[in-house]
Amino acid sequence: MNPHEEIKLLEKALTLISAKAKEFNLDFYDMFFEICPADIIYTFGAYSMPTRYSHWTFGKAYHKMKTQYDYNLGRIYEMVINSDPCYAFLLEGNTLIQNKLVMTHVLAHCDLFKNNIYFKKTSRNMVESMATAADRFRGYEFKYGRARVESFIDAAIALQEHIEPRDLMKNVKAAEPDQGQPCRAGCPETPYDDLWSIGDDTEADTESCANKKIFPKEPEKDLMLFIVQHSTELEDWQRDIMSVIRQEMLYFWPQMETKIMNEGWASYWHLRIMREIELDESEAVEFAKMHSGIIQTSRSRLNPYTLGLKIFEDIEKRWDQPTLEEWEKYGRPGGQGQEKIFEVRSVDNDISFLRNYLTRELVEDMDLYLYKKAGYDWKIVDKEWENVRDAIVNSLTNCGYQYIVVLDGDFNKRGELYLKHIYEGDELDVVYLEKTLPHVFTLWGRPAHLETVLDDKPVLFSYNGEKSSKRFL
Amino acid sequence: MTEPNLIITREDWSLHRKGEIDRQRHKEKVREAIKKNLADIVSEESIIMHDSRKIVKVPIRSLHEYRFRFDYNKQKHAGQGDGSSKQGDIIFSEPRPGQGQGKGAGDEPGVDYYEADITVDELAEMIFEDLGLPNLEQKKKPEMASDALEFRDIRKKGISSNIDRKRTIMEAIKRNAMKGESGTPAITPEDLRFKTWEVTYKYESNAVVLAMMDTSGSMGPFEKYIARSFFFWMVRFLRTRYNNVHIVFLAHHTEAKETTEEEFFTKGASGGTRCSSAYKLALEVIEKRYSPSDYNIYAFHFSDGDNLSSDNENCIRLINELLEVCNMVGYGEIEGPYYYTSTLRNAFKKIKNDKFTCVTVRDKSGVYPTLKKFFSLSPEQSENQPGSSL
Repeated sequence: MNPHEEIKLLEKALTLISAKAKEFNLDFYDMFFEICPADIIYTFGAYSMPTRYSHWTFGKAYHKMKTQYDYNLGRIYEMVINSDPCYAFLLEGNTLIQNKLVMTHVLAHCDLFKNNIYFKKTSRNMVESMATAADRFRGYEFKYGRARVESFIDAAIALQEHIEPRDLMKNVKAAEPDQGQPCRAGCPETPYDDLWSIGDDTEADTESCANKKIFPKEPEKDLMLFIVQHSTELEDWQRDIMSVIRQEMLYFWPQMETKIMNEGWASYWHLRIMREIELDESEAVEFAKMHSGIIQTSRSRLNPYTLGLKIFEDIEKRWDQPTLEEWEKYGRPGGQGQEKIFEVRSVDNDISFLRNYLTRELVEDMDLYLYKKAGYDWKIVDKEWENVRDAIVNSLTNCGYQYIVVLDGDFNKRGELYLKHIYEGDELDVVYLEKTLPHVFTLWGRPAHLETVLDDKPVLFSYNGEKSSKRFL
Repeated sequence: MTEPNLIITREDWSLHRKGEIDRQRHKEKVREAIKKNLADIVSEESIIMHDSRKIVKVPIRSLHEYRFRFDYNKQKHAGQGDGSSKQGDIIFSEPRPGQGQGKGAGDEPGVDYYEADITVDELAEMIFEDLGLPNLEQKKKPEMASDALEFRDIRKKGISSNIDRKRTIMEAIKRNAMKGESGTPAITPEDLRFKTWEVTYKYESNAVVLAMMDTSGSMGPFEKYIARSFFFWMVRFLRTRYNNVHIVFLAHHTEAKETTEEEFFTKGASGGTRCSSAYKLALEVIEKRYSPSDYNIYAFHFSDGDNLSSDNENCIRLINELLEVCNMVGYGEIEGPYYYTSTLRNAFKKIKNDKFTCVTVRDKSGVYPTLKKFFSLSPEQSENQPGSSL
């Protein structure tokens, strides 16, 4: 088939598919599909974006993905970008039926990008913003040398997950001028103290305490922002690099926290819409093969496509045909399946999605379990459905990253940075921790400390620019 | 709601090179990392045992993307069974130490390796980068040739990395000037000029290397391993760098004999040690086959130094004789688990000659420095190193 013909056929299929999608109330942006050769798709996959800045870590990811493709070990059929208009890339060499599946899948992704609350504040022009940032980075390489820029990016990406995405939901608070701290000494310290002070900021600010100055006022989760604003060592170009990396993470965060929903939603719709489209026998077989490849499960990890799809199907069923109990207890009238799944796609993220809708029946039916290392073996340790559900939900908290805050930006009264890992039962990897602190030192310009917990004892790791140290508190 | 716009296109992506460029940079970093670790890699068992085309895995620690992360080994993870999973089922097992490769990834908690794939040949090139035969002299009949590349031609076709920018721009300016205009116009394909190289042969003097190894009973597996890894790289180095260098293998215990390359590397022997036997045989080989007036002669000997002490004086005398005919004599002593006070090395302290080099190897990582020490070039020599003009 010549390329021109292929595009004609695809266009025809797309018109049909999108008409079906509309009938089902999917609501998406204008769509730009591009057919790309494998190395381009894999480049985009490695960088998560077509226009991102250049760094060897992306080269490493690209090398890995490309090698897998070359050895026929894995295949990306498509890549879709949260933008308006929405860009999607189709792998050259996909068959027509593969592309049909991929296009329905992509339309559903775009529908979720457009309508889910967690995406409300993401920039839809990120392709352009990233391109201009990448240009500036290149400029810095010319001006300050490639090695310098590269090693600075090495340090900045070491902390890139430590941002506060919830500021996307709130209105970002304006940077507060540094003022004296309210003195809380003498006040009863209960977890609810902050409730009482709601609304009386002004009053609190007036009674500044002269001898104790805490900085930051509240523990700050956004390490990237804190360092950009308060590091005394960074040059402007370095602040720019950190800000860009932070912005890009803020952009990717909603995709990370809706991974299961997003893939489940897209899989639900490619099944649903493809069922409505006429396929001949060989197409039907190819479609079934591809779909089963997508939802293939693994003993050692959860497949977000399968998990998300199962949950959406289960929600639809339970709201269409509620059990007697559900009807009596929740007053669920039935026949609301479609309405309900659209509501879920709008208001949930993976955490609430699983907490609310991963039921006992699903956990048992899907045969989910928890496993852990014991000696040289990794063994199943728990199959109790609530434990399984809670462990999965916990692992999604903060997108699976450690919750680390700045406690003190002037530790030891020498401008040192004191970070605290909020320990919730999972210990940090000590080797990595000791190698990461020097990166923090690079960014902050002064000694960096991190408090965490090992063997139930609080411990402080420090790096002073020359060597690492560790002491139990 | 208006109908969304739907567009399908196919673009020309042939100029999109970002992934490739960063991949290249990553590769460079891998090479840098390997270079920093050469001492450890050189004596890596899995490499010595491989043939040259084979790809070997080289552990690299410095290319991790360090960040805060949980200790994976201490966490609970979720998985999905086929419907029949039970508590206590084993999902997968890690290799126990002693099985398979032994020491390696996964043994030490938290330390995992990033492994790079590299061919032995590529590795050899890095190891040999600054090595050469020291004190090489012009001898009568030259037959040893080594390749050298020289850029000395300009052509209109070539590979884009070799574009001669200056000449290309000059062509563009000339073409423009012929039209009577000034300035530099856009460059057209006809303007392009490329530097092109030619392969030339550089003739160097003949050389012969006498590889002597102690195979007596006191040479345990460790000592033999060290000696063999040294000779493994030495042979590889000589073969890749010089087109025509003779290598003679001499193995000895109380008696010495000439062996084939294969025997030299594979055969074990036992018995006492009389190092002088090897030196004597070396002198005979030189006398019969390699006249010092025609050949540059290099002699290297590896032993644990546990020589019959009555033989030591003999050894010193013979080494001195060797030094008269050789460009260089190297002695490597492998310090095993037992510590001998009266080793051959101590006896050799009496030898005062610039052409004699004595090295002690204590562990695996000592092989690389030994190579560097034996095959280091004088500064003027390294300038004329084949290939270094590129």
